[in-house]
Amino acid sequence: MPDVDKGTVRITDIGPPNYENFLPPIIKKNYGKWLYHEILKPGVMVHVSETKDKLYTVRVGSTRIVSSDFVRDISNLADKYCNGYLRFTTRNNLEFLLDKEENIEPLIKEVQALGFPVGGMDHSLGNIVHTQGWLHCHTSASDASGVVKALMDEFYDYFVGDKLPAKVRMAFACCLNMCGSVGASDIAIVGMHRRPPTVMADRVKDLCEIPSTIAACPVDAVRPKTINGKPSVEIDEDRCVFCGNCYTVCPALPIADPLNDGLAIFVGGKVANARTKPTFSKLAVPWLPNNPPRWPEVIEAVRTILEAYKDGARRGERVSEWIERIGWPKFFKITGFEFTKYHIDDFRLGEATMNYSNYARL
Amino acid sequence: MAGTKHKTPLLDDLKEGKWPSFVKELERAAQKSPRTDDLIGLLEKSYRDHIPHWKHGGMAGVKGYGAGIVGRFSDSPEDFPGTQEYHTARINQIEGFFYTSDVLRKLADICDEHAGGLFNFHGSTGDIQILGFKQKEAEELFQKCAQLGFDLGGSGSALRTPSCCVGPARCEWANYDTLHVTDNLTREFQNEMHRPTFNYKFKIKCAGCPNDCIASGARSDLSIVGVWKDNIRIDQDQVAEYAKKFDIKKYVVDKCPTHCMDYTDDKLTIDDSNCVKCMHCINSMPKALRPGLQKGAQIRIGAKVPMVQGPRLGFILVPFYDINKDKEEDYTFLKDLIQKIWDFWDEYGTSRERIGELIQRVGVGNFLEAIELEPLPEMVEHPRANPFIKFEEYLVADEEEESKEG
Repeated sequence: MPDVDKGTVRITDIGPPNYENFLPPIIKKNYGKWLYHEILKPGVMVHVSETKDKLYTVRVGSTRIVSSDFVRDISNLADKYCNGYLRFTTRNNLEFLLDKEENIEPLIKEVQALGFPVGGMDHSLGNIVHTQGWLHCHTSASDASGVVKALMDEFYDYFVGDKLPAKVRMAFACCLNMCGSVGASDIAIVGMHRRPPTVMADRVKDLCEIPSTIAACPVDAVRPKTINGKPSVEIDEDRCVFCGNCYTVCPALPIADPLNDGLAIFVGGKVANARTKPTFSKLAVPWLPNNPPRWPEVIEAVRTILEAYKDGARRGERVSEWIERIGWPKFFKITGFEFTKYHIDDFRLGEATMNYSNYARL
Repeated sequence: MAGTKHKTPLLDDLKEGKWPSFVKELERAAQKSPRTDDLIGLLEKSYRDHIPHWKHGGMAGVKGYGAGIVGRFSDSPEDFPGTQEYHTARINQIEGFFYTSDVLRKLADICDEHAGGLFNFHGSTGDIQILGFKQKEAEELFQKCAQLGFDLGGSGSALRTPSCCVGPARCEWANYDTLHVTDNLTREFQNEMHRPTFNYKFKIKCAGCPNDCIASGARSDLSIVGVWKDNIRIDQDQVAEYAKKFDIKKYVVDKCPTHCMDYTDDKLTIDDSNCVKCMHCINSMPKALRPGLQKGAQIRIGAKVPMVQGPRLGFILVPFYDINKDKEEDYTFLKDLIQKIWDFWDEYGTSRERIGELIQRVGVGNFLEAIELEPLPEMVEHPRANPFIKFEEYLVADEEEESKEG
């Protein structure tokens, strides 16, 4: 639409840049012609084409939130080694695409000199996909980048190596909005609230649409109530499951709570169809405290899971397959995590998760 | 010289350690951007207080669009004035996340000039996110990006920017052109992405094979997954090579979920009629096994996160269709199907009800009728066990019929 005031044409609705203009020439030439790939060492693989061309990929872990100078740094590397092309992965890694094998080691040296790890392939711990957290979100029950940094520092060797039984996909979401595919990961860490929202009674009428606030609750815990002569709502504390849906539609129902916001850990989810069907992660630890800057309780719980998995799983078994084979009771026994009434699903269709048999490993 | 004017003992701890530090990234950006310096101060405050310091609500956007800009207003502007407004722009990623250094540098310049010098590469849905601008800067930021060829992505009750795996650009397992479909749908549905008219968000993701590297089946309302129909291609010489490296029976054959493989006398055979295309054998021996030649896509529907009525995975809506032929027809089948789904959602969905929740509420059978798809056994884990069937027809005796007419 033309901007008459400035005498310029305003650009709208153009969609994304055409991807074809951003593919390296070797990819353009071999688009759809790839025959197979091999992992040469952790973080490095080669794809071989029908045309006999070989494309080398070096995968580099990054922080997801990055500065403009980081973007310039990686652009310089791309210029030096990759004819000015590079890509990102769905897990916030960088991938440098090389058509010359001899460039692999010099590139890796420079990447590592900048402080960035090469890895995240094959039987490794992938980069943790995560959300915004306290850094930039109002509904967060925890920080995201901080917990992820603390975890990846601790389990760094699993990223740069390939010594796990199979790939482990870890993900972090700072609230139940679960931006990203967090809930179907080998290990999912989720920000949890634990107390009902506070009703700012005198502000509900001005800030919120009361019917949609009531409709937002999945358990009918929000009800209309006149307070001090003003239309407002009340929360049935016995029903509330602390999901934060009502706060999402009504700013006068803040749910953040410094004492009670924390983190839950779910395990054994996957999105791939290989061998077993995609499945959600299941609850291992219902709540751990927010303890910045290093969240030691979360680190310990994840360490417990990773070590038990490493010791117990057979080669090629994802976390879900390992637990399926040994059974959940044994998972709780090995890890020492307490099994509580919170672990038994009492939400809609939750009853379907009961064990309707005599099957038990006694 | 890194550092911040704020005292940040908690965040300083996260500058240590082997993994790259996001705090260092924040500080690098803060060197050029005082408002990002205040962002660091605000985050340190959250680390002390254990709660977020962003206000709920407040509008930000650009003229003519209702989506693409996410307003962020801090609750502590007096202490951290730079964070009073610190908005996010969702910018369409390039399909497959491919970039050139040239375009990245230009984005970096825009981000320094018009925002806080901070990016997410990428946000969870797939967009590039530029962080840290004020409402009054939004239009210029948007137009600078547009001049570079980048449009805004979706947010709120709109179509979210579709995204895809690396596809045929660098993967031998892509059964269709994920980049092309994603690009095509994104262009087709510009209005649905920029101007929210839906009940809630709608996500489309394109995966080239059932490994689903874009996690479409767990988080996109419409998940398009590449698959083949005919026989897995076997190179017996390469199978023999793998046999030297590991026990094929133990690690491949015995792990097949439908036991449709056999390895005897150094020969691998597959009963492809019983193969569910799980990818395990192909993943294990990429040099020896390849997907078949009759390639196409499956469509799954209804995946979502816990909000509002609980999490759901997507179920099969279309077990197989020839998306490669549909490509020649500009994806007519796919676009018609999407339009029918949206029409139904528009007609019957309630506020903040995702398509998966609506289907649950009205029943899959009714949904299928509305979008004119036949029920298929591939859609279910098993047929119903409970007998409470809502029959929609019954027979009447002849005399009854007559007396009614009489």
